[in-house]
Amino acid sequence: MSDTVRMTYREAVKQSIREALDDDPRVFLMGEDVGKYGGCFAVSKGLLEEYGEERIRDTPLSESAFVGAGIGAALGGMRPIVEIMTVNFSLLALDQIVNNAATLCHMSGGQFPVPVVIRMATGAGRQLAAQHSHSFEAWYAHVPGLRVVEPATIDDARGMLRAALACPDPVIVFEPISLYNMEGELTAAASEVQLDGARIHRAGRDVTLVTYGASLWRCVAAAEELAAGGIEAEIVDLRSLRPLDDATILASLRRTRRVVIVDEGWRTGSLAGEIAMRIVEQGFYDLDAPIARVCTEEVPIPYPKHLEEAALPDPRRIVAAVRGLFSDAQ
Amino acid sequence: MSELPAGLTRERGLHLLGEMLRIRQFEDRCAELYGAGHIRGFLHLCDGEEAIAVGVMQVLGSGDAVVSTYREHGHALARGIAMGPLMAELYGKRSGCSGGRGGSMHVFDAATRFYGGNAIVGGGLPLAVGLALAEKLQGTRNLAACFFGEGAVAEGEFHESMNLAALWKLPVLFLCENNLYAMGTALARSESQTDIQAKAAAYGVRAAAVDGMDVFAVEAAMRSAADHARAGRGPVLLEFRTYRLRAHSMFDAQLYRDKAEVEEWRARGPLITLTTRLKAASLMIEDDFQRLQHAADDEVRAAVEFAGAAEWEPVEDLARHVYAEVTS
Repeated sequence: MSDTVRMTYREAVKQSIREALDDDPRVFLMGEDVGKYGGCFAVSKGLLEEYGEERIRDTPLSESAFVGAGIGAALGGMRPIVEIMTVNFSLLALDQIVNNAATLCHMSGGQFPVPVVIRMATGAGRQLAAQHSHSFEAWYAHVPGLRVVEPATIDDARGMLRAALACPDPVIVFEPISLYNMEGELTAAASEVQLDGARIHRAGRDVTLVTYGASLWRCVAAAEELAAGGIEAEIVDLRSLRPLDDATILASLRRTRRVVIVDEGWRTGSLAGEIAMRIVEQGFYDLDAPIARVCTEEVPIPYPKHLEEAALPDPRRIVAAVRGLFSDAQ
Repeated sequence: MSELPAGLTRERGLHLLGEMLRIRQFEDRCAELYGAGHIRGFLHLCDGEEAIAVGVMQVLGSGDAVVSTYREHGHALARGIAMGPLMAELYGKRSGCSGGRGGSMHVFDAATRFYGGNAIVGGGLPLAVGLALAEKLQGTRNLAACFFGEGAVAEGEFHESMNLAALWKLPVLFLCENNLYAMGTALARSESQTDIQAKAAAYGVRAAAVDGMDVFAVEAAMRSAADHARAGRGPVLLEFRTYRLRAHSMFDAQLYRDKAEVEEWRARGPLITLTTRLKAASLMIEDDFQRLQHAADDEVRAAVEFAGAAEWEPVEDLARHVYAEVTS
């Protein structure tokens, strides 16, 4: 175990930013409160002192302007990392992300790729109510021209930014709010992390749980409970939400023949729906049971803890969904 | 009518007139080609606004970045994008300057640092701020010139971009082409403060209102603004007062303005006034005008031939350019 280091998800992201700043003079970080304040979620704490005002840039509360400026700076030869406090605030910059970042390469006939990285916090679990807790990954994953990733592990939190910065396309990196304090082991594999591709987080023979982000750990808890009852769940951590890694999902399905998709987005129009349809298109005859989904209840995320918890996917609902597939088959 | 600049040569005067004529002849032909079905989609012409495009481009260097709007043919031609690839773009052909993927509203050209016709009103302003930031961080003296119409000043992105550029003292030239109508909405029907350059004061940005029908006034204002920005003293807003003599697009019946108003502005059109002034100063004769017109006609004819003969992109290529094609 000597080649692993214990750290938080927050620290892993911070180290990845520091490494990017050290390795490439074109890289700079900008966003609201990333400098003096140290980042809304303390990800960039201390970086201003270390790297200075030119490379750690506090911005006004102008999401559209500073995201657009990140896109423009990328066009101009820089490698900006733009931080948006939360996915809810990113809606103020949707014009720049969808109408510019995602289209300029195409509209220019390939002359102007946009190598910008846009990081934002996503998801619920901190009692931040209905304007700070949502999961709009599916909206961004809908858009050709964008790449969308969501690191859920310490290794990915540490390694995906490097892969994102090496990518010539705009990359949206979602960081689940509820994972910043999570501790785990950073392994040597972090230096090999790729931008694309899903990963088998846990091998199992009986059912496939397809998930991403904070829900990975809900699936891990559910898998442990299922294992105690004799059901071995395989967990696919999507990691990349655009493009989706169909091959890994379908290969797992062929091993287990049952699938439950766990998605913190709302069910209607969700990534879970998209994944289910891909399974139907490409793996219908490999299914021994209907595809099940566990998504967030269709309410704006409520403030009280018990209601917030009730709205989100949790291990109990995941276990119930899995058991439902087996009882149907009997 | 203001006086011609001191020391203006015949050669210089005819160069500016010739540049404006190229734009006018090109776009007049575009209108015909639209009617004939060779150009589709939206087509926005800049008839009446040529002096701004030409005056601005006299000042920009090859290292400067340009961000434009969906009414950008004039900017593109004056910037130096060849007429053939520009026309081919309007046709949607593969040899268009954007590979045919953009059309009239989305002209791009890496060689001249032309970052698009942006068809979201105000959407280009943050890009220009970022392009200027990149220049500043890389320690160059290049600047970013950003065209937008007066309609864009109602957008939040105008105000956010002015603030950010001023806050970071970025070399951005905000070039507002105030043609008095945001599509069909007159300025006074949409803005509480119709003196657009006055808005810059709120951000501590230097600003000036300029006669956009006078190419010399445009050039002079640009030269001063560019010097200011290149010296690291921050952005400048120039409000060019002008008029769009044609319809907003080819679908516009112009129910929102009087014909008399259009005719009044037509008499002040940038080509007519420059021609009159150069003749009055004995810097040109009628033959010069004919010669310039023929030269522009020839260039337009060749561009139309180029576009017509150009190949369509094969349908098999449909999914290209959604993501960068990395060759390294």
